[in-house]
Amino acid sequence: MADKLLKVQPIRNGTVIDHLRAGTGLKILDILDVADTGNTVSLLINVPSSKQGRKDIIKIEDRELTESETERIALISPGAHVNIIRNYSVAEKTAVEIPEEVAGVARCPNTNCISNNERGATSRLLLRSREPVHLACAYCARLVTEDELQFL
Amino acid sequence: MPRPLAKGMSKDLITMDDLSDDDIVGLLDDAARLVPVAHGDVHLPLLEGKLLGNMFFEPSTRTRMSFETAMKRLGGNVINLGALASSSVSKGETLYDTMRMVDGYCDLAVLRHPRQGAAQYAADACTIPIVNAGDGAGHHPTQTLLDLFTIREELGKLEGLTVGLLGDLRYGRTVHSLAAALARYDATMHFIAPKSLAMPRRVTAELPDGWSAHTTLDEILPELDLLYVTRIQKERFPDPEDYARVAGAYTISAETLRDAKPVLRILHPLPRVNEIATDVDDTGHAAYFRQAFNGVPVRMALLEMLLGSD
Repeated sequence: MADKLLKVQPIRNGTVIDHLRAGTGLKILDILDVADTGNTVSLLINVPSSKQGRKDIIKIEDRELTESETERIALISPGAHVNIIRNYSVAEKTAVEIPEEVAGVARCPNTNCISNNERGATSRLLLRSREPVHLACAYCARLVTEDELQFL
Repeated sequence: MPRPLAKGMSKDLITMDDLSDDDIVGLLDDAARLVPVAHGDVHLPLLEGKLLGNMFFEPSTRTRMSFETAMKRLGGNVINLGALASSSVSKGETLYDTMRMVDGYCDLAVLRHPRQGAAQYAADACTIPIVNAGDGAGHHPTQTLLDLFTIREELGKLEGLTVGLLGDLRYGRTVHSLAAALARYDATMHFIAPKSLAMPRRVTAELPDGWSAHTTLDEILPELDLLYVTRIQKERFPDPEDYARVAGAYTISAETLRDAKPVLRILHPLPRVNEIATDVDDTGHAAYFRQAFNGVPVRMALLEMLLGSD
């Protein structure tokens, strides 16, 4: 009986976000806003990993992520893998990467920036460095560090 | 579709970083050739039939008037946004919508706006060239160009000068851009300001070695080829007495300049309040009124570069 008890059971359809940096899982759940959607969500924290030492894993049943959600994950945990599961099999597997431009995902921290003061404006952050994560506002050029990211 | 440009420059001028060293030299050379046209001594209608949109969402005297003068001296015409209270901006129109409208009316727009990044935002919305004439605490590249032009006209060169920047170095976008531009020409720079208004670290971090900070002018005045003075604004000081003390300590008079080199030139972006006494106007050091005039040929050269046909 004990052998058959899995920590988390495989899911039939949905998304598995694997290889998250240990400690980032809770933050990612927060920005994905999955609590109220009715989907079953599992979060594993500090799972032993041969590559990473420790990692976090998130499983969301019956939901596939949007591009904007994948970009958010990339900003918090670059290198994480997003696996789309269909009928218990991995249908798609993507290593998330921060794109050269992230639009409408996080705001510029400069309160006087046009992107924070114009109705209908879309924030645009341009990738300056992947390690550490540095972006710059496409409008006012303000540099944005990982700690300063405020998601929209 | 963005229209093709005469000299390979990007279609907009948002920051000085949009200009290569060659672009800057080309603009300053063109400006020098256009001085007689700026004075009205030579008629040269290079931009006849072209229309400039002056979009000033904040007050401006020199910048707005010199763009208008430059355009008209080159045979072009100008339309103005006018007073904000009477425009559709007061009805809540977005900058995006206003600029899309102007995009259809004009061949080029000059924008001043209180928000940082507004010029790039407008440039993204428009197909016509956008010239940034000040975006909040951001950039004002044509001021930097006319400062460089004035320095070259007054001192005969840009390279290797010893320059003092004095006044409000913390909030003044003019001095931030100028320091970055002078660094291209191996200037030795002295930043003279009260501690509370010192040059910000984010600006000095981008400069090569060759700058130093001071709280008084006396010790370095005799070394200077150029002194760039800016206004210390009263609203930066919560206590009016602090303001009076600081502003008084950074006032330049003919007496202050006794130990200066004869070639020293004083620049100021204007308007001045009392940081340069009027008795300096009659000395050989005063170059600020010529500097204000230079806004016209420099902006003519830029307009010609962005709108000219060859």
